[in-house]
Amino acid sequence: MLRDITIGQYYPADSVIHKLDPRTKLMATMVYILSLFLFRSLAGFAAVTLGLFLVILLSKVPFGYMVKGLKAIVVILLITVIFNLFLTPGEPLISFWKLRITEEGLKNAGFMAVRLIYLILGSSILTLTTTPNQLTDGLEKSLRPLNKIHVPVHEIAMMMSIALRFIPILIEETDKIMKAQLARGADFESGNLVKKAKAMVPLLVPLFISAFRRANDLALAMEARCYHGGDGRTKMKPLKYKGIDGIAYLLVGGYFAAVILLRRFL
Amino acid sequence: MSIILDKVNYVYSEKTAYEIQALKNINLKIDDGEFIGVIGHTGSGKSTLIQHLNGLIKASSGGIYYNGQDIYDSDYKLKELRGKVGLVFQYPEHQLFEATVFADVCFGPRNRGFSRKDSELKAFAALRSVGLSEDFWYRSPFELSGGQKRRAAIAGVLAMEPEALVLDEPTAGLDPKGRDEILDLVAKLHRERQMTVILVSHSMEDVAKYVQRLIVMNRGSILYDGTPGEVFAHYRELEEVGLAAPQVTYLMHELRKRGIPAAGTATTLDEAKQSILQAFSAKHGSVQR
Repeated sequence: MLRDITIGQYYPADSVIHKLDPRTKLMATMVYILSLFLFRSLAGFAAVTLGLFLVILLSKVPFGYMVKGLKAIVVILLITVIFNLFLTPGEPLISFWKLRITEEGLKNAGFMAVRLIYLILGSSILTLTTTPNQLTDGLEKSLRPLNKIHVPVHEIAMMMSIALRFIPILIEETDKIMKAQLARGADFESGNLVKKAKAMVPLLVPLFISAFRRANDLALAMEARCYHGGDGRTKMKPLKYKGIDGIAYLLVGGYFAAVILLRRFL
Repeated sequence: MSIILDKVNYVYSEKTAYEIQALKNINLKIDDGEFIGVIGHTGSGKSTLIQHLNGLIKASSGGIYYNGQDIYDSDYKLKELRGKVGLVFQYPEHQLFEATVFADVCFGPRNRGFSRKDSELKAFAALRSVGLSEDFWYRSPFELSGGQKRRAAIAGVLAMEPEALVLDEPTAGLDPKGRDEILDLVAKLHRERQMTVILVSHSMEDVAKYVQRLIVMNRGSILYDGTPGEVFAHYRELEEVGLAAPQVTYLMHELRKRGIPAAGTATTLDEAKQSILQAFSAKHGSVQR
């Protein structure tokens, strides 16, 4: 049932992308997201598409697996497309009743849809190829300078990694409790909205209790192992840039330059 | 009445990197009133198997028939099946959610469509049959001890008045006293109501003491299916798949090796005592018990 949720789940494979330093991947993802909102022409779009699909190919994550993650944004996608389609002023193409579709609207809707889809696909490459631990390590190290202005970087990173770590556990727990209540004849599907909301009580109460119990256990276990925050804490596998990271940075720089040039001249 | 599994296969996370075949070609016939034990190593497919029995998991291929009806038929009402095959999960106390124990036990029968009064009567009967003292009935389930919570949760399934009861490791995490109480309760339900009982367990001693038929799972297939005596005679093969026979069985084999002709199939303390006494009386004439 719930096991099939794929957004943000690590997908183990032996690829170049998996081997990159998480900081490189974070940086590249940011550059990629920026580039999504820079292109205005078909040529720019082609460049972004080329970049995206090259990375997907390199990552060895099955394309179908990635597309499954898009299900979550279908509604947002539809709303965006509809609003752009009907509410953009300009030269009308088709008009009926009070609605009209303009050429600009069509173009805007198309680009917006592509941008959203690419945004999810691109950022899911980051989480699909990086373990949560690596990801938070990368974040912690990239944000280290903020420590100087008293931002608790380590604590934030720790909270993030615990939260990420708990997602699959809580999904599994939900699955278990759901099955246990189904076995007692619970019905989560039929009925109107109020009835459905009521049907969630037997699921949510045990889930909250178990989440609190787990949080409590974890806090105790950390305390028992003398956890005291980030000061003086060393890592078993400290992050280190390797040769491929340099190449990756160069390629990302080249890609960004290309997108900017295309925006300027095409 | 019976439950029949016909060539059941189940694959977790099909077509991804996490793909695991949890069940391989399972054929099984469970007759009315049987007391069956299911043992196997962690990950052998025990839990997956029992979740098929009430339709919580749909087999990737193969068929399951309850009283001759195909449960995967589009007209078949799975909700009703779940009332007939009561499934008690591992750590069932984690599913308690109501404000009082009594209200929680009423949840199952209410879902089966019984009136409030009938549900309450069934809840009374169920709570009484699990032996939970009335002092606890109107308390919050979270004020109870581990063993009491588990009884309350089992009562929650019994209140639906199932025809078959499936329990997944009902004794996990309990102390020896709590363990014996739960198992005696299950044995009593089987004895007094002729209920079909399927008990998943890690403890060889437990299953040897209670069940009539024992199914050994290994890597998603059924390895052995027979009486505890028959199954534990394969104690060497069981060891190879990470299981073991009850300690009594080892003792009996050891005795035979030393030339004492005690029966090798004894699986419980009582059986062992009988056969050792017999061996002695054959040798030295009658022995006082």
